[in-house]
Amino acid sequence: MNLPDYRDQSPEVAARFARMAERPITMEVRNLTKSFGDNTPLDNISLVIRRREFLCVLGASGCGKSTLIRILAGLETPTSGEILLDGNPVSGPSPDRGMVFQGYTLFPWLTVKRNVMFGLQMEGKSSFEAASEAREWIAMVGLSKFENAYPHELSGGMKQRVAIARALANRPRILLMDEPFGALDAQTRAQMQSYLLDIWKNVDVTILFITHDLDEAVYLSDKILVLGTNPSRIAEIIENPVPRPRGRSQFVSPEFLATYNRISELIHPPTETSQERLHIPRLTMAGDDVE
Amino acid sequence: MGDQPANGRDFVMKKSPRWLIPFGPIPVRAGAILGVASFVVPIALWCIVSYVPFVWHPLVEITQPGAVDYFKPGTLVEKKVFVAENAKMKEAGLQIATGSPANPIFLPAPHDVAISLYKGFTTPPRRKGEPWLHESLWHSIQIIFWGFTLSSIIGVPLGILCGVFGVFSKLTEPVVDFTRYMPAPAFGALAVAILGIYDAPKIAIIFIGTFFQQVLVVANTTRKLDTSLIEAAQTLGARRPQLLLRVVLPGISVDLYNDMRILLGWAWTYLIVAEYIGASSGITYFINQQAKYRIYDNVFAAIILIGLIGFTTDRVLAWLGGQLFPWQKTSKAGLLQLWLKSRQPT
Repeated sequence: MNLPDYRDQSPEVAARFARMAERPITMEVRNLTKSFGDNTPLDNISLVIRRREFLCVLGASGCGKSTLIRILAGLETPTSGEILLDGNPVSGPSPDRGMVFQGYTLFPWLTVKRNVMFGLQMEGKSSFEAASEAREWIAMVGLSKFENAYPHELSGGMKQRVAIARALANRPRILLMDEPFGALDAQTRAQMQSYLLDIWKNVDVTILFITHDLDEAVYLSDKILVLGTNPSRIAEIIENPVPRPRGRSQFVSPEFLATYNRISELIHPPTETSQERLHIPRLTMAGDDVE
Repeated sequence: MGDQPANGRDFVMKKSPRWLIPFGPIPVRAGAILGVASFVVPIALWCIVSYVPFVWHPLVEITQPGAVDYFKPGTLVEKKVFVAENAKMKEAGLQIATGSPANPIFLPAPHDVAISLYKGFTTPPRRKGEPWLHESLWHSIQIIFWGFTLSSIIGVPLGILCGVFGVFSKLTEPVVDFTRYMPAPAFGALAVAILGIYDAPKIAIIFIGTFFQQVLVVANTTRKLDTSLIEAAQTLGARRPQLLLRVVLPGISVDLYNDMRILLGWAWTYLIVAEYIGASSGITYFINQQAKYRIYDNVFAAIILIGLIGFTTDRVLAWLGGQLFPWQKTSKAGLLQLWLKSRQPT
C-alpha cells in the first residue's frame, strides 16, 4: 500500500491545528535537564502544551519518560530548566497538576467514594460537599454501583477509572498520566482508551499522556512527542494527522499507518534491530512446516 | 509417530498427592481439621504415655506393701527395685508386694492436670498470704500489660518517626540495634538496684525486652509503605501533617497491628524471667511454690494456662483485626473462622 506522508494533513485536520495554535498555553517547559552524575535521562527538553490539547509522550523504555512526567508533577526536581503553568513557575506537587500513575495508587483503606473525596477534603471542602462532588465524578466514570467498595474489590481497569476520577475531582489544569493503562490486558486497555477520549471531550482538561504503546499514542493524541534514548532529547514532535472523532476502525487508515511507521522508525532505528537478532542453533528435526 | 519426542521419554505426569504440591492450596475443611489435629495429636501422645501401662511407666506404685518394710501404699519405686525386693521376699517365704506401673511424678496424667486446672481456682493456697492461682495470673497479666503499654507508647511513635524521617532513623536506629542484642534479663540486677524488688523492675524487663525490637520493627513496617501512595496524596494536595495522619498512619495500620500481635507474644516470653527478678511473684511464684510442694499437676496446669491466655489473646486480636480493617484483601483466618467457614454451604 502506498502510504501518504505523515506530515500530510487533511484540510479539516490542518484547520484544527491552526485553531489549536491560537489557544492559550497551559504548560510550558523550558530547557529542562535532569542528570545524575554522568547519566542524563533528560537533556534540554522544551515543549508547549496548549489548553485542551492531548499530548502523548512516546519513547523506548529507559528514555526518561517517567522522569519527565515526575518532574512535571513536582515529585522530582530538575537539574536545570523551568516549568510554567499558565505562565507561573511551579515547583513541588500540587493538585493543579493531577496525576494518574501506572501502578494502582488508590488508598486501600478508603472506599471508592472516600478516595475521590480525598483531594476535595485536602482543599478544605466539607465532607458533605466533597461527598456530593465525588459522587458526580464516580458517576462520570460509570462506577456509581461501586462507590462503597474498597479498591481490592475492583478490577484493574476500574481502579484506574477511579484514579482518573480522583485526579479530575480537583479540577487540575493539566492531567499527567504515566502509562496508566500499561498494566491492563488488551481488551480493557482498548476500553479505557475510549473512556479516556470521552472524558477528555467532556471535561475541560489538558492531558499529557506517557506511553510506550505506539497504537495507543496515535489513537489518543493530538500531538506525539517522541523522546530519543541516551541522551533523551526530543526526537520529533508530530502533529497527528488522524482526524477526530477517533474510532478503532482508523487503526488501518493510511494516516494512522503513516504516523505509526514514522514513530516506529524514530523509536527503533532499523540498524539496531538487525544487530539484535538471536543466533539459535537448530535443535529439532521435526517441524519443517513451521517456517 | 511424528508426535513422539525423539528420545522416547514420556511426559505423563505422575499423579502426586495434592498436599505434596509446593505452596498448594489446602481445602478449608481440611485446614480446620488439621488445625484441630495440631492440638489433638500431642494430647493423644500424652494420653498414650500416661494411660497405656506398657508404654514407658518406669516406676511401680505400691498398692500393697506385703512384707517389704520400707514400702508403703502409694510409694513410687523403680521397677528394678520392686522386682528385686519381691524376689527376696519370695526366697524368704514372706508375702510379696503388689503394685501397678506408674510414671514419674513430674509427668502427671492429662486428667490429673485437667482436675488441677479446675481445682487450681477453687483451692485456697497452702499458706496464709500466698496468692491464689487467679491472683497470680492476674498479677502476671498486669506486669505484661504495663511493660508492653509503656514500651508501645514510646516505641510506636518513635518507630514511625524513624520510618518516615531519615534524621530520626540515623540518630536512633544504630544504638537501638546495638542495645537489642543485650538480653533483657541481663538488666535484671540493675533494674532491681534502681527500681526496687517489687513490680517496677519486672515491668522494666518486659519494657527492655519489647522496646528495642519494637522501634526497629515499626520503623521497618513504616518504610515498607508504598511510596507511590504518598506521591499520589501529594498530587492531590496533601501537605506534610496530612500525609502523616491521613496516609502514613492508615497505610501502615494493618501491618502495625500485626507487628503488635507478634511483639505481644515476645513480651510474654520475657515474663517468667522478669518475675524471677527481685521478689518472685505472679505465675512464676505460683509455679515455683507448686514445684517445691511437688504438686506437678499444678505446675502443668499453670504452664498450660499461660499458653491458653496467650493463644486466646492472639486469636481475639486476630479476629478484632479483621473487624478493624475491613479493607484487607484477606484477613488471616483463625481456627474459629476456618471452622465457621467449613460449616457454610458452598
